[in-house]
Amino acid sequence: MTGAGAVVASSLDLVFQTRDGPVHALSDVDLEVAPGEFVSFIGPSGCGKTTLLRVIADLEQPTGGTITVNGMTPGQARLNRAYGYVFQAAGLYPWRTIEKNVRLPLEVMGYPAQERIERVRRALDLVDLGDFGRMFPWQLSGGMQQRASIARALAFDADLLLMDEPFGALDEIVRDHLNEQLLALHARTGKTVCFVTHSIPEAVYLSTRIVVMSPRPGRIIDVIESPLPAERPLGIRESATFLELATRVREGLRSGHAGRDE
Amino acid sequence: MYRASGLMRNILPVAVICLAIVAVWYVAAVGLNARWERDQAARAGVEIGWADIVPATMSQKRPVLPAPHQVAVEIWETTANKRITSRRSLVYHGWITLSATLLGFVMGVALGILLAVGIVHNRAMDLSVMPWIISSQTVPILAVAPMIIVVLYNVGISGLVAKASISAYLSFFPVAVGMVKGLRAPDGMQLDLMRTYSASAWQVFWKLRWPSSLPYLFASLKVAVAIALVGAIIGELPTGSQGGFGARMLNGSYYGQVLIIWSALFGAAICAALMVGAIGVAQRAVLRRTGQAR
Repeated sequence: MTGAGAVVASSLDLVFQTRDGPVHALSDVDLEVAPGEFVSFIGPSGCGKTTLLRVIADLEQPTGGTITVNGMTPGQARLNRAYGYVFQAAGLYPWRTIEKNVRLPLEVMGYPAQERIERVRRALDLVDLGDFGRMFPWQLSGGMQQRASIARALAFDADLLLMDEPFGALDEIVRDHLNEQLLALHARTGKTVCFVTHSIPEAVYLSTRIVVMSPRPGRIIDVIESPLPAERPLGIRESATFLELATRVREGLRSGHAGRDE
Repeated sequence: MYRASGLMRNILPVAVICLAIVAVWYVAAVGLNARWERDQAARAGVEIGWADIVPATMSQKRPVLPAPHQVAVEIWETTANKRITSRRSLVYHGWITLSATLLGFVMGVALGILLAVGIVHNRAMDLSVMPWIISSQTVPILAVAPMIIVVLYNVGISGLVAKASISAYLSFFPVAVGMVKGLRAPDGMQLDLMRTYSASAWQVFWKLRWPSSLPYLFASLKVAVAIALVGAIIGELPTGSQGGFGARMLNGSYYGQVLIIWSALFGAAICAALMVGAIGVAQRAVLRRTGQAR
């Protein structure tokens, strides 16, 4: 819109006041995510990757620095329904069918009835759940539930998709499959994706850019542009480029630790 | 075949337990009523043995503990064989109590839900109201009921509504406590999700909190309806009420008519069972519609 990035943060700081004293969750974070990028945030627990995503989503308030989402404050962006958020667990409402779960944001946002039906169908087709709309969440596997929750985030037209370890609780085979689907989805929709993970192969496989983070205080220690092509069959994970990239991420994570643990 | 045996698996144990209860009851009736027979015989100077005592204890006019069939006959006599407009009809008295129960139940449930909504949405109410709700139930209702009736009478409320208010006083409690828990059942993630949609408080309530609370609501309703009945009966005691199970029990105890008390007790128990059963049916219907009945 303004030519600015989808997400622009500069010297972002967030300190939680807890009973055990202040916790520096984010320290001096500078970041610019361009529209259409797929950016992964990777790091050990406590590195602030989820907190950063929550700040972008206006679920947490930074205590310092500035951040804009689509050129607006996160609060305005949230009111403008600028992003879809996918949580660690699918979090489908058990009393609603899959269809009605995907329809939930459309109801809240006041889409007309006819449009809701079309959007629900389109979103379910995008995640290959077209035939499961009338089922209840408990009738679906964990992977299918998580796909439904992605459909829920895609149902309305947000150009930004925020995903917080969406596949963390799933087994490796399902995860591979969903990673492939997510890449295809990204290629097809051209949405900007911010993706939090603690899996190195997942981050390297999916991303156009990898942000390596480190804890205490939570900060960015490395930003890696991926040289991998847009077209990525699963086999690319055995290629030399992929392994080099994974090594660099691993070393980044280790160096982030080394400075602190002594 | 399989279904039939499945049915038997359920019916047989239930029947055995019912029969056991009836058997224990008969034994207790013989034991408790035997003394009167012996006293009578001694007064008449007659020697009697168990063979005389046992049948005699089954048909006393004023037994200490009536035999099951006596209660059954009394209930049959006062329901099927009396016009329901008759003051001797148990159905007549039952309806008086039941109408107060249902009105009080509705009042209590509405009050309980409103309080819960207030407590969940307002911090000041959360801190200030809950202790009062709890202490309201620590007061013995038998002591409070007459005062409530008197106070209400002085502001021009008597009869049905006064009794119903005792029911409401008892039944709002489980609903309020259950619904506070139910409305708080959604976890942080579910609430965050609504926030990412910029949902209004109204939408969060109707689309998330309310449906989350329904299982808690139904559990509370079952408790509430049973104690609403107790409340209505208690409300009938202090006023010298002209009808209802409570009046019936009071009359029975004035005139030593144990059978009347027992039949009123059973009448009340049957009413409670029917109401709890009706809520169970409603619960299953709702759960099936929302895919939660597996």
